[in-house]
Amino acid sequence: MTNFPVEKIRADFPILAEKIHHKPLVYLDNAATCQKPQAVIDSISYLYSHDYANVHRGVHTLSVRSTDKFEAAREKIKAFINAGSTKEIIFTRGATEAINLVAQTYGRASLKAGDEILITAMEHHSNIVPWQMLCQQTGAVLQVAPINLQGELVFSEFERLISDKTRIIAVSHMSNALGTINPVKPIIAAAHAQHIPVLLDGAQAIPHMAIDVQALDCDFYVFSGHKLYGPTGVGVLYGKQALLEAMPPYQGGGDMIRKVTFLETEYNALPYKFEAGTPSIADVVGLGAAIDYLQAIGMPTIAAYEAELLAYATAEAKQIKQLRPIGEAAEKGAILSFVLDKIHPHDIGTMLDSLGIAIRAGHHCAMPVMDFFQVPATARASFAMYNTKQEIDVLMAGIKSLIEVFG
Amino acid sequence: MFDELRDLYQEVIFDHNRNPRNFRVMADADRKVEGFNPLCGDRLTLYLKMTGDVIDDASFQGSGCAISTASVSLMTEIVKGKTEQEAEELFKKFHEMTTGKSEPIKLEALGKLAVLAGVREYPARVKCATLAWHTLDAALKNEQKPVSTE
Repeated sequence: MTNFPVEKIRADFPILAEKIHHKPLVYLDNAATCQKPQAVIDSISYLYSHDYANVHRGVHTLSVRSTDKFEAAREKIKAFINAGSTKEIIFTRGATEAINLVAQTYGRASLKAGDEILITAMEHHSNIVPWQMLCQQTGAVLQVAPINLQGELVFSEFERLISDKTRIIAVSHMSNALGTINPVKPIIAAAHAQHIPVLLDGAQAIPHMAIDVQALDCDFYVFSGHKLYGPTGVGVLYGKQALLEAMPPYQGGGDMIRKVTFLETEYNALPYKFEAGTPSIADVVGLGAAIDYLQAIGMPTIAAYEAELLAYATAEAKQIKQLRPIGEAAEKGAILSFVLDKIHPHDIGTMLDSLGIAIRAGHHCAMPVMDFFQVPATARASFAMYNTKQEIDVLMAGIKSLIEVFG
Repeated sequence: MFDELRDLYQEVIFDHNRNPRNFRVMADADRKVEGFNPLCGDRLTLYLKMTGDVIDDASFQGSGCAISTASVSLMTEIVKGKTEQEAEELFKKFHEMTTGKSEPIKLEALGKLAVLAGVREYPARVKCATLAWHTLDAALKNEQKPVSTE
């Protein structure tokens, strides 16, 4: 842990110097969104100050510069997740839109009444509701693989639910409410044995580990820029080229067409076929800058540091007897979800906030997970590469004193 | 350690959170309405026993944060013996106090409920305090369907 340059990294994030209620900010709501390094903020500001125009359509200099930066970000993302081609990198508004895109194009084109969609009981609403909507539209049926009390997928049940009617499997790579990292390789192997495509929701996983979509052999991988230290308003859909080629377009408009007459429209090639309208240019460029920043540190290095942070936080939390962790999977990312005896998560959230500590209190957009653990909500501390052991000490001291105050 | 929160979490609130008053199912209730705050998962069931337009008895069951538990506990104490109209008047005053729409508030008219005045500085917590009263309002209007703050 001593080798990880956390102080240098912290200095790159201007917001971490903020005082909240006159106390140093301890930002532990990273699973909701991550803070941004100066390099990302500067990249957006620089683009608007020097290189900005619309992309893919102008012959003038600024349009060329803007397009170059925009497409360079696509190259960076391709390399970051080891996709085979930039044709497989589709820009969306976020992970949510990417899942909706797959449901409304691939899903609507290939599902019929009686077909099945398989998800897990730990999904957040973004990986539940688009599939429910697809079920309503097509008459398909949503199947949900159960989890156990540690918050892990019950793999035997998952396998049992794969049937000859299953048309797509959508699973979170890492759970936002529990931190569980799913066994995605066996999941994909089991699905592919039946020729079923798999969508991985990587919104939580992507800032915490190196992702190699070719090694995973997943068919779709989605994530949001803002959880990867990049701006809001941009996300990515990775899809295998052959699948994307066969899918109908999502939204219609500029950029996604090659030729338009009032009689017919010829759609553009990948990836533009799925990118109607002017994209969020500056945010895409900002996401490229975030990836440069992360690549310079190295995802395996970040993963190792965060594993130490989580182990420390978990051990410290165990010392507090009124604290019950929610989600104790053997394979877990840097999330500590918990409840305290007789103290509601919202009271925990308000009290910790007064100490400068930002955590999430609520259902984490995963109401079915809350129902499973029979809690109305949890408190969740989620860690990022810029968090420190000292901040975990501040959190634990805060929890101990609020337990005292509540008596 | 939590000095800045003294206005929000007064001792009366901790007391009612630890030992909520009128926390019981009322088998012979005349009115029974459920209140739900979907954002935080607070749930309560409010029971009223009426004689004419007078609230003879009020009780509740449910789970929520300290603010919402103290608010409903204090409310069941204060509305007992009040007429429907008096209770509605209190609801109006309580709503003004917590949402801060009318200045200045006459805290003396609210008695013990004034301990909840602090929530107006915490927009994220206002609904915790008002859920009980919206549920009471529905019960007084004899509405059957659950109340939701969203």
